[in-house]
Amino acid sequence: MACGAVHFPNSLAEMALRALELLCLPEDQSSLLLDIGCGSGLSGEVLEDEGHTWVGLDISPSMLDVALEREVEGDLMLHDIGQGMAFRPGVFDGAISISVLQWLCNADSKVQVPKARLTRFFSTLYSALARGSRAVFQMYPENDNQLDLIMTCATRCGFTGGLVIDYPNSKKAKKFYLCLFAGQAANGPRQELPQGLGVDDPQGAASGVKYSASDRRLQMMQQRSKGGKGKTRTPIKSKDWILRRKELAKLRGEKTASDSKFTGRKRRPQF
Amino acid sequence: MRLLTHNMLQCHVKKCTDPALNFPLQLQDIELEQVETEENEDLLLNLINKVDYNALTTTAAQLGLVGLPNAIPKDPQADPAFMTRLHEVLLETNITQGKMACRGCGHVYTIKDGIPNMLLAEHEI
Repeated sequence: MACGAVHFPNSLAEMALRALELLCLPEDQSSLLLDIGCGSGLSGEVLEDEGHTWVGLDISPSMLDVALEREVEGDLMLHDIGQGMAFRPGVFDGAISISVLQWLCNADSKVQVPKARLTRFFSTLYSALARGSRAVFQMYPENDNQLDLIMTCATRCGFTGGLVIDYPNSKKAKKFYLCLFAGQAANGPRQELPQGLGVDDPQGAASGVKYSASDRRLQMMQQRSKGGKGKTRTPIKSKDWILRRKELAKLRGEKTASDSKFTGRKRRPQF
Repeated sequence: MRLLTHNMLQCHVKKCTDPALNFPLQLQDIELEQVETEENEDLLLNLINKVDYNALTTTAAQLGLVGLPNAIPKDPQADPAFMTRLHEVLLETNITQGKMACRGCGHVYTIKDGIPNMLLAEHEI
C-alpha cells in the first residue's frame, strides 16, 4: 500500500521517525506499535531501532514478501484495513501509517464505499488502541474534501485531534500528518496537538489547524457573506472556452459552425 | 507470527461479535519455529497488562508448550524464571505455517510463511 513512497527509502524513514515523534510515547518505554500499510517494512525498522515492538499490516502480498526477505523483526499480516482490523480492544500503545490513508478513499470495486470503509477502519482502530494513545498518519491528501471526509469519519468514531503540517510554506518539504487521539488515559497528561515544523511566520502559524464542526460552519458562513456562490462564479463554457474547443476541432479536421457574434450566447427561452 | 500477535487477534467478520467465541482463534495444523531474541523486561511488563493470560495458557497447552503457571505471579518482576518462560512463549515462538479457525463463524485464516491472511470475503464485511 505504501507504494508511493518506496522509491525514496530515506525520506520514508524520516517520515516514520517524525510520525513516531508525534506519537509522544512515554520516554524509555518499550511499546507495542501498529504499522498500518507497512509495505516492505522500512518504517517498521525505524520503530525497531527506537526499541519498540511492532505489528505491520499491508494489503499487498508482494510487498510483504519483500519485508519477509529483509527479515524485519515485526510480525506481518495481510490485511485490508478498509475491512476493519482484527485486534482485541486496547492492545496497542500507538499506531503510525506512512502514505497510506489516501488510498482508503479509493473505491476499486462497486462494493467499496469509501465512507463505509473509513468508518470501519477508524472504529476498529479506535478500539484496538489503548486509551490515551495516538495514531499518526502521514498522508498526501488529494483535496480538502478528502481531508474533510477522513476527519469527519475519524471524529464520528471517537477520535479527537487534528492536522499537523510540517513546512507549510515549502512546496517540496510540506508534509501532512493527521494526529488522532484515542481518548484520554485516566491519569495521563492532557492531549495537545503538537506544533508543525518550519512554522515561523504568523501566516504559517495557523497550520496546526484544528478541525471542528464550528470551524467549518464559520468558513461556509464567510463564503456566503462574500456574495453567495452564484455571483462570483463564471460560466464554465464561456465564449473563450467554446472558441478554444472549436480551434482544436478544426485542427483535428472536424467540421465546426463558423464563428460569429452569436457564438456562446445564451438562447432566448422558447416558450 | 509470534504467539503474542495470535493473542491479540480476534475474528473480525462483521456478524461474528460474540466475545466468548471470536477469541482466541483456534490453531490447526501448526508448524512452530523458535527464534531467539533478546529479553526485554520493560516490554514484558508492558505486555503482561495487555495479554489475555488465560487464552495464552490455553493456546500454549494446545501447542504442547509447558512451563507457564496457571496465573500470573503477584510480583512478576521478582520471578525471573516466569519472565524468561513468558518471553520464550510470547516473543520467541513463531507460527510459520498453519490455520486459525474462528469458533463463532468458522472462518479460517491461513498462515503462510508466518504471514496470516486476514482478508475477508465481500459477504463477511
